[in-house]
Amino acid sequence: MAGAVDTSKGLPSHPERATLEGKNKFLGFWFFLGGETIMFATFFGTYLGLRNGVGSGPASDELFTLPLVFIMTMILLTSSMTSVMAMFAMKKNQFKKMMTWMIITVLLGLVFLGLEIYEFQHYVHDYEFGFTTSAFSSAFYTLVGLHGAHVLFGLCWITLLIIRNWGKGITLTNAPKFYVASLYWHFIDVVWVFIFTVVYLMGAGGY
Amino acid sequence: MASYKKEKGVVWDWLTTVDHKKLGIMYLIAGTLFFLKAGLMAVFMRIQLIMPENSFLTGQTFNEFITMHGTIMLFLAATPLLFAFMNFVIPLQIGARDVAFPFVNALGFWIFLSGGLLLSTSWFFGGGPDAGWTAYVPLSLNEEQLGLDFYVLGLQVSGIGTLISAINFLVTIINMRAPGMTMMRLPLFVWTSFVTSTLILFAFTPLAAGLALLMLERIFDAQFFNPAAGGNVVIWQHIFWIFGHPEVYILVLPAFGIISEVIPAFSRKRLFGYTAMVFATMIIAFLGFMVWAHHMFTVGIGPVANSIFAIATMTIAVPTGIKIFNWLFTMWGGKITFNTAMLFASSFVPTFVLGGVTGVMLAMAPVDYLYHDTYFVVAHFHYIIVGGIVLALFAGLFYWYPKMFNHKLNEKLGVVFFILFTIGFHLTFFVQHFLGLMGMPRRVYTYLGGQGLDEFNMISTIGTFFMSAAVIVLVINIVYSAIKGERVIGINDPWDARTLEWATPTPVPEYNFAQTPQIRSLDPLFYEKVHGDGTMKPAEPVDDIHMPNGSILPVIISIGLYFLGFGLIMLEMAEPIVSPWIVVALGGLLTFGGMAMRSLKDDHGYHIPKSVVKADLKKLGGGK
Repeated sequence: MAGAVDTSKGLPSHPERATLEGKNKFLGFWFFLGGETIMFATFFGTYLGLRNGVGSGPASDELFTLPLVFIMTMILLTSSMTSVMAMFAMKKNQFKKMMTWMIITVLLGLVFLGLEIYEFQHYVHDYEFGFTTSAFSSAFYTLVGLHGAHVLFGLCWITLLIIRNWGKGITLTNAPKFYVASLYWHFIDVVWVFIFTVVYLMGAGGY
Repeated sequence: MASYKKEKGVVWDWLTTVDHKKLGIMYLIAGTLFFLKAGLMAVFMRIQLIMPENSFLTGQTFNEFITMHGTIMLFLAATPLLFAFMNFVIPLQIGARDVAFPFVNALGFWIFLSGGLLLSTSWFFGGGPDAGWTAYVPLSLNEEQLGLDFYVLGLQVSGIGTLISAINFLVTIINMRAPGMTMMRLPLFVWTSFVTSTLILFAFTPLAAGLALLMLERIFDAQFFNPAAGGNVVIWQHIFWIFGHPEVYILVLPAFGIISEVIPAFSRKRLFGYTAMVFATMIIAFLGFMVWAHHMFTVGIGPVANSIFAIATMTIAVPTGIKIFNWLFTMWGGKITFNTAMLFASSFVPTFVLGGVTGVMLAMAPVDYLYHDTYFVVAHFHYIIVGGIVLALFAGLFYWYPKMFNHKLNEKLGVVFFILFTIGFHLTFFVQHFLGLMGMPRRVYTYLGGQGLDEFNMISTIGTFFMSAAVIVLVINIVYSAIKGERVIGINDPWDARTLEWATPTPVPEYNFAQTPQIRSLDPLFYEKVHGDGTMKPAEPVDDIHMPNGSILPVIISIGLYFLGFGLIMLEMAEPIVSPWIVVALGGLLTFGGMAMRSLKDDHGYHIPKSVVKADLKKLGGGK
């Protein structure tokens, strides 16, 4: 299908949507994100229903420390911005720049994931706040852990894309793939903003 | 890339196919097998209930049958049977060569199948799930047997397949339409499939989340539903029904679509009120999400919530009524041909109305306290599901059979099938309304004699024998027609129908349309018959056709998911043969390895050269 678009005068302005295949990927991925939104909404609903069901375990305001979560948020928001920079570079056909921004995105994501693992480990060891402690703990680890699993999946995905397109330049075949991966990364970021608000701010504030 | 079609064995060809037509037939076969299995369970349950204090089945077996009957019928029979028609028909009706993601389409089928098989594996490990198809907690947290683990993971896996298929349909319908096929010229079956796919996207995801919660609770000891640790049991019901109510419309909207295709074709009139039908479909879909708590009137969520959900529920009767009247007006004054497809389609209308009326009765919260968990509810939803969806499926089967299998089903046997099924259906379920009003509870494996329940139960069971006989006639019909049925090879349009799928040659070539057609109206083929020369105008010159390559990866990925699920269930087994984590790792390796292989290897498909297309055109094009 890529052959149908004339690339002799450089890439079109939207290389990710220039072919039918690209258009299909683009639209299909938006629908996928729609489904993901509903799935996360369900876990958010469950968390909101159970956030005060602490049983004999610790409550949220005993656990959460905002400085750590604030740093994590800043790192993830920045990584979303670097993936935007990568997409700008892609549309200007600057392959090396795009790859650089993508690699920075992955590194920031790794730091975020590391901090999240530290956070969970800290709760389990210092507060005996495990997955099976209370309804609140189960809901917390399910929601935040699912987000963490998404981060991990996104990191593997983008890394795989970087390795396999190393030195290949931007083509109409790989442009939609990079674009869709960056959409996914933004989605992870948006979900985190809600987690930051609903889980951590509301939890630490006691509301 | 340019290599033209390699010769492959038949089995390998079907295992690796990404052709939407073959996948449609595969969905049809798999769905039919599950339909027969769940139907047989229903017959066994009715035999148990034929007389008071019968001991044909034990209570435990009855519970397992009732759970599996519901679960299989909804997830593994009705949904895939509708998907069979969607897969086969949608690309043909919108003038597309293929779906948007052929690989994902194949993956969806195989994942659905592996989820279904995972669920069925439960019989070999201590029996099926036994907590009802709704799996209400805390009943479903009973850890004595593994059935519920199979339920949770089997549905989780098969749900992924349904979800990705839905996304595929959505993108196909938006991006792959032929020139001139505007959204308001889409056949109604495509419209209803489109809305259904949206519903799947937004309803199956809460189900996935809910099943994950139940899985975590059962296998990893989470505390969501444990009140002692701050949990709440009603959460499951909310999540289940915010999926479960839209699920009704997921099934019934494509059934409406089939009816809206069959009735105009055999009334020789265009569908009355096309635009109203489209918007009624959307309104029904929207309201379908707003009414989930009408399943929970007796849970105790309070009078205000009950009132709101009662009124929202009754509102659905309005767009549904619009549809019913539009079908009647389509038939009104039409030149009606009563063949089997039309018999099923026209009997659908009053039968579905009966189910709708009892729906409004159930929507009244105060009286629902009386009906709740009685046979009245059973009668109501079987009038919707059998009297709605199954009748439409039979209509669709007889209607599209010539296009799918190149021969017609026998009409005489078809009419016998219709008569037996209709008698059996009403005998079985009509009297259940009265059983319910007399207070016979559902889901209970027996009842005491001398309470006035005996005769109606006897009648109800006899009805199932009629339906069984009908299904046997259908099977005979399929076999007989395959051998002696009227061939339609070379006849593109055996029904003198209206929509685009009948403009393709029979048998349909793998690329569907040698030249993409130019669409000039709603009911495009009929328009060309009246205003043109009866064939579609091409929108492009004859050229090489790009086709996707087949792939074995969908099968590998689904086998991986099967073992992932099975490994997690093994964690609950008392003495697993191998370490469960080995099985989980193996499954994960197959699944994610398959996914990685897919993404690492660019597959550009192949081209069918112009010369072959031209030769085909000469050979097949002369049908009309």
